[in-house]
Amino acid sequence: MRTKEWKLVITFDTTTQAFAMEEACEKHKLIGRLLPVPREITAGCGLCFCLSLDQEEELNFFLEKASCQFKQLYKMEL
Amino acid sequence: MIYFNCAATSLQRPKEVIEQVVYAMQHMGNAARGADETALLPARTLYMTRKKLAELFRINNPGRIAFTTNATESLNLAIKGLLKSGDHIIYTQLDHNSILRPVYEMEQNGVTATMIPCDYFGRISYDQLEKAIEKQTKMMMITHCSNVTGTLLDLEKIGAFCQKHKILLVVDAAQSAGVFPIDVTKQKIDILCFTGHKSLFGPQGTGGIYVREGILIKPLKTGGSGTQTFSKEQPGEMPDVLESGTMNAHGIAGLLAGVTFVLETGVSVIHEKEQELMWLFFNGIKTIPNVIIYGDFSGVARGSIVTFNIGDCDSKSICDELATVYGIVTRGGGHCAPQMHMAMHTVEQGAVRFSFSFFNTIEEVEQAIQAVSKIAKDRE
Repeated sequence: MRTKEWKLVITFDTTTQAFAMEEACEKHKLIGRLLPVPREITAGCGLCFCLSLDQEEELNFFLEKASCQFKQLYKMEL
Repeated sequence: MIYFNCAATSLQRPKEVIEQVVYAMQHMGNAARGADETALLPARTLYMTRKKLAELFRINNPGRIAFTTNATESLNLAIKGLLKSGDHIIYTQLDHNSILRPVYEMEQNGVTATMIPCDYFGRISYDQLEKAIEKQTKMMMITHCSNVTGTLLDLEKIGAFCQKHKILLVVDAAQSAGVFPIDVTKQKIDILCFTGHKSLFGPQGTGGIYVREGILIKPLKTGGSGTQTFSKEQPGEMPDVLESGTMNAHGIAGLLAGVTFVLETGVSVIHEKEQELMWLFFNGIKTIPNVIIYGDFSGVARGSIVTFNIGDCDSKSICDELATVYGIVTRGGGHCAPQMHMAMHTVEQGAVRFSFSFFNTIEEVEQAIQAVSKIAKDRE
């Protein structure tokens, strides 16, 4: 059985915002990937950006500084 | 064959455009219909193309650009998606049917309209703008560069006028995107409509619309967006609000290559090359007896178009001879801008149009001058 892990999940209103986040995170050496929004979350865009939990501090710092648009940031088991 | 019908569509394109379309057709699934690589590749391509277009037009937020099939669809969106009965709109005599027909249609629905006339040379008098303003004026539509005479309108002047009167400025950049500098902020453009297949070198069926932050256009079509499946309404955010159904990602992959070529080559380099060819042709035919050239060649900024007639000959027969005898492709007859033909007094005759591309050569232009000279002499 697949073990679940705690992840950081960012949701968006549009796909354009999701790709802008992917691009910006890559530039700031934050490792993550786009995947379908989990059913527990409702979001405008069908894609979310998912990162490992150990990047939480860097991500929060980045989101404060960056001008990337997003809907919400979740911490959840995936 | 020598192709001088670039105002209709590009024929010679950077090889990368074709390569990218082929690659896209071999590898792309449907954008925003999944999160696997086949779905992410087209979605990422759309995003990258928005970014390149934003760089070209100096747009801060690439998400304010929605893809359409061409400038006509974009103009229809702006006109029909924003105007309502009782509104007033200003347009110009330079406009193409892509503006005129939607405006005429809206006039049937209670919108009123004022046309700014132009003179025989295709020039408008900017003083007339103030007189056209009414209490209900909501929008001004302009053709940045006339597809008939190459007349270029002063975007900054018109932008300042629209800002002063708090009306929306909608620009048809079908002939100018990629050839003239466009800066939506500096030129105070609220809505920019462009096509992909002309000076951006993309495939036909690609185009787009930039909508300034704060403007909500009612979509003309609604449907699948790949997002908010259970909502009964179209998602309201740009660009999704204007992008229903499967996107033309294969075409947009080609457009991305085209816009990249424009940015890497430089708008000013492309512009100068086209202008050099246009002036060479103009100077080569201007003294040929019986040749009547339309438009303003006094030295003002203009598009790379030379339109003319030979005496009272049917313009389409001149084009036919150019194509069949000399292998030179041009366009004759009417050019989908009926008001311009009225200004030029060419409603019956139409006009022969030569429109130049970055990929044309001096040798091709010299051959064309010889051909026009010979045809004019034969028809004396």
